[in-house]
Amino acid sequence: MIGTLRRFYGAHPLHAVAVLGGLALAGHAALATQAGPGWTRMAIWFAAALVGHDLLLFPLYATTDRLLVGAFGAGVNHVRVPLLGCALTFVLFFPGILRQGAGSYRAATGLDQSPYLARWLLLCAALFAASGLILIGRRAVRALLSP
Amino acid sequence: MSARHAVVVPAPEPRYGFPAPLFRALGRLRPPGAGRTRAWRSPLRGPWLTSAFGAVLLATMPIVILTGLLDHIAYGPQFGQARPADTGWLRLPQFDWPTRPSWIFRLTQGLHVGLGLVLIPVVLAKLWSVVPRLFAWPPVRSTAQVLERLSLLALVGGLLFEIVTGVLNIQYDYAFGFDFYTAHYWGAWVFIAGFGTHTVLKVPVMLAGLRSRSLRAELRTPLADTRPEPSDPDDPDSLVALDPAPPTTSRRGALALVGGGALFVFVLTAGQTLGGFLRPAAFLLPRGRDYGDGPNDFQVNRTPAAAGITDTMAGPGWRLSLRGGDRPVTLSAAQLAALNQHTAELPIACVEGWSTVQTWTGVRLRDLALLAGVPAPAAARVVSIERGGAFGRAWLNAGQVLDPDSLLALRVNGAALSLAHGAPARVIAPGVPGVHCTKWVGSIEFRRPW
Repeated sequence: MIGTLRRFYGAHPLHAVAVLGGLALAGHAALATQAGPGWTRMAIWFAAALVGHDLLLFPLYATTDRLLVGAFGAGVNHVRVPLLGCALTFVLFFPGILRQGAGSYRAATGLDQSPYLARWLLLCAALFAASGLILIGRRAVRALLSP
Repeated sequence: MSARHAVVVPAPEPRYGFPAPLFRALGRLRPPGAGRTRAWRSPLRGPWLTSAFGAVLLATMPIVILTGLLDHIAYGPQFGQARPADTGWLRLPQFDWPTRPSWIFRLTQGLHVGLGLVLIPVVLAKLWSVVPRLFAWPPVRSTAQVLERLSLLALVGGLLFEIVTGVLNIQYDYAFGFDFYTAHYWGAWVFIAGFGTHTVLKVPVMLAGLRSRSLRAELRTPLADTRPEPSDPDDPDSLVALDPAPPTTSRRGALALVGGGALFVFVLTAGQTLGGFLRPAAFLLPRGRDYGDGPNDFQVNRTPAAAGITDTMAGPGWRLSLRGGDRPVTLSAAQLAALNQHTAELPIACVEGWSTVQTWTGVRLRDLALLAGVPAPAAARVVSIERGGAFGRAWLNAGQVLDPDSLLALRVNGAALSLAHGAPARVIAPGVPGVHCTKWVGSIEFRRPW
């Protein structure tokens, strides 16, 4: 009996319970947004977040990484790691770096966002500098240890 | 030293569910690049790595979820103060948010935002590790897979939606245009639904994956000895690359990268709530800024300009109105200063996950309740002289009014409150979310118990 259900459905019947339960909850929450204003915007941002990561961010960083490995070979991590640091901090802190939401920022804090771009650029420079120092250090150690 | 390669294979799923001819036909229409192609080159992808990231998220996401839901309750849905106001069937248990310990909201909201941010590198790594499945072909082979992919839509979409709205909100960038609290609440339930389903379905797979290799062995395996995980080349679902490139980092290097990324985010963000020497490290966040050394030089949450408060409104003509008793009582700033003052060291903790601890001096709220003629109020409604504004008025529950450290503060750090910090008087109470510590207070109405 269970075997027939499995062949028909594609998994154990309890799988159906788990997914249908989850989908019911998710569907209820999604529909509940329609009670208030702005639900179409929420749906758009939901879709945009998914598409933005899966079809924009992922291909971007995967391709960049492929190019980096092709260009730098064995030493790629000395470029990859600081670049990841820069990219991650940009993605997390871009509102300040690009001065998005300047009005609401000032209303909340009384300050403006002018320092952030310079700070982020300095951070990126520091990450690459640190990576460079580590590279030099490793080469020096290797040179010292080799006969 | 070779790693254990005992692969535990879970019970085989049927190849195609009903209607098989449909799915088979779909399988034949494969677009170029889809499916388990030789295009996937990373030699590190495999069930073990995915399971490792999954285990970390399984242990930590519930904390983010729980603290988020607790903070909704902290806003006081029983007073209609929490948003969304109408949560229908997904209503959380409502209880009076406690005042002890005084840092309770600082903890829950700081953890929610802080841990949420720190987990972003782990989330991105997990998504990277399973992304070949996104491009699997046929995309579905049975009804079970259709439903499972829909639930993954809730999981990944919900999580990314929460991350995006959260990251924007903590930096005061309201580009999304909808009400943050409402969207973040419903988005949370969509994510929780997907997370619950995913956990139930994948924990056995995760455990099998974790057992397939030894963590200790991987931590001792350098780049030169890094090999792809074993896989069946005919298995269309396998995450392992068919044609892996030579590794550019070992598995321990990949784990170090992700862990290091999480630590990096911690250093760049934790200071906004922990304060102290870490606050300057949060130099890319709004709440890592330095306001100066004076008694009023700390984080401002909402400027007088934004609230439409002028010096005149807060000047000698200002009066505090206490209501709820037989007669309203009106007090001037001088009269308030003449009352018994109490000093308490309390944090302001806000929804963006930041906090700051300062020393406040003022009149106890329970003394004001006594003065108003309501010695044991069931609640208090504090109204600001600010006109409009989302948080121009706030309800405090009985515990928050009667706590000995709940103050109508007139002074901070030994000096008179500045206009930016709510002069002439602001409410500050232990455990109360920052937005409910009303600034520029105009009146307090104490409600008798019914």
